[in-house]
Amino acid sequence: MGPLVPDIIGNDLNFIVALVIGILFGAILEQAGFSTSKKLVGLFYGYDFTVLRVFFTAGIVAMIGVLALSHFGLLDINLTFINPTFLWSAIIGGLIMGLGFVVGGFCPGTSVCAAAIGKIDAMIFIGGAILGVLLFAEGYPLFEGFYKSANLGNPRLFETLGMSQTLFASLFTIVALMAFIGVSIIENRVNGIKKMTPQFKTVYITIAAIGLVVALTAFILPERKSSLIKLVEDVNVIKSAKLDYMTADELSFRIMNDDKKLQIIDFRPAKEYEKFNLPKSTLFLIDNLFEKEPNKLLTISHKVNVFVANDEISEKKMAIIASELGYKNIRILKGGLNEFKNQLYNTQITCDTTNQEGRDTYRFRMRASQLLPKLIEQNKTAGPVKKTQKRVVGGC
Amino acid sequence: MEQTKYMNPYLAGLLLGLLLIATIYITGRGLGASGAVKSVTVATVEVLAPYHTGNTHFYKEYSGEHTGSPLMNWLVFEMVGVVIGAFISGLISNRLDFKLEKGPRATTRIRVIGAIIGGMLWGFGSQLGRGCTSGAALSGMAVMSTGGIITMFAIFGGAYGFAYFFRKFWI
Repeated sequence: MGPLVPDIIGNDLNFIVALVIGILFGAILEQAGFSTSKKLVGLFYGYDFTVLRVFFTAGIVAMIGVLALSHFGLLDINLTFINPTFLWSAIIGGLIMGLGFVVGGFCPGTSVCAAAIGKIDAMIFIGGAILGVLLFAEGYPLFEGFYKSANLGNPRLFETLGMSQTLFASLFTIVALMAFIGVSIIENRVNGIKKMTPQFKTVYITIAAIGLVVALTAFILPERKSSLIKLVEDVNVIKSAKLDYMTADELSFRIMNDDKKLQIIDFRPAKEYEKFNLPKSTLFLIDNLFEKEPNKLLTISHKVNVFVANDEISEKKMAIIASELGYKNIRILKGGLNEFKNQLYNTQITCDTTNQEGRDTYRFRMRASQLLPKLIEQNKTAGPVKKTQKRVVGGC
Repeated sequence: MEQTKYMNPYLAGLLLGLLLIATIYITGRGLGASGAVKSVTVATVEVLAPYHTGNTHFYKEYSGEHTGSPLMNWLVFEMVGVVIGAFISGLISNRLDFKLEKGPRATTRIRVIGAIIGGMLWGFGSQLGRGCTSGAALSGMAVMSTGGIITMFAIFGGAYGFAYFFRKFWI
């Protein structure tokens, strides 16, 4: 699951990744014509809307792509950098940059791109940008209050507007497409071109088709998480699922012998977990199964993961979801924790002492009922699964 | 040799969008540019006036958020890549040339002053707005960040609003 940094791609390799991404970024910007200020500002005078076309196409492609990746459970959006919202500095900073755009003819990324192919005005612009940062840095005590005011956290626009993200992405795409048509009309008028024939070139059709396919699959195929949660509500699915069990006796035996392979994954509510929890157990929420980091616990090799909950049905549901997500070595506690506790605290009732096996079982359970409650009492709760990985720090 | 035509803007947009998706998937962050300018500035000041960076609030806050040299920064590596990538692209398409571009009515003097002032406005504004067209607007749009999209509208809205007053620079 993405993001691949920092666990799959280390922080040092990430610099190489940055370099490669930068090379592609620079090449695309240059090929698109972002290396000339005349083309860049054309947008604001109506004679060349290249910037708008490239920028918004990239924006909606990326928006839909990120949406699709998180939709299919390939990207943990909680670990991705979401630009924070500081309302006033965002607006005023943006306006200042807008002024800088028409005065300077570049933005920082494009100026570097233009300087790379020898544009002298771009090199001067970069010098100015360094001065601008310096000005901000030196005067920082004056701006700090304003800079940090109206901190709204990291909201995403569809949340702010109170709509679903698919709806937002669709509306945004429609607006962008209308803008593409609109600016073509303006551009032709400004440049005195009469003919206005819509051009259905292969490129356009291919691009539109790719976008449409991604968007449609996202609409048609349900989100991974909600579809799995729905799946386990089906009684037949639960009945027909082939799951490995662990009996209460085996679990007690493993706990008493301090089995290093054992990992108990406890799916009960946190309050119940605090009152009673087994050694070697970790509190898990259903959401944790879909998050990147908690899952590492489940992928440690040679571990036996026992899913526990109060009843067997809940355990089964979680185990089915986990095996659908591809986790191995998962077993469920037979009869659930209810049965386990019942057996632990009422030994007499359940054993048939007429044969040797029954007598052995009885002896084992007697020993367990003396030892286990102590172990449980001594056990300090491990608490919910730890999440040390934080959101990636990004931005400029 | 004549320079090659620019790429179809929608195709370039598609490629840029795909690159941005890959960037977010791999690194968990988007593209950026002004952050590299900031790193270079901080690094320069550190060399020229080490005492100053030690007792000025902005630099202290910066070194609190970043470890190691300010140049060992993701965006610095990315921008070095941009220079290489743009250079290769310019080489392939025959666009390598030292020249100062300006509007038909603008003098060199105006263009140079405009570039300095414009650059300064960007340097300042991108610090205030926490990112520029790449880091705030484009990457913000990809993750649907409210702040990023607000900044985007402010940049383009501002540019349209001010464009009339600077028309002599460009047309």
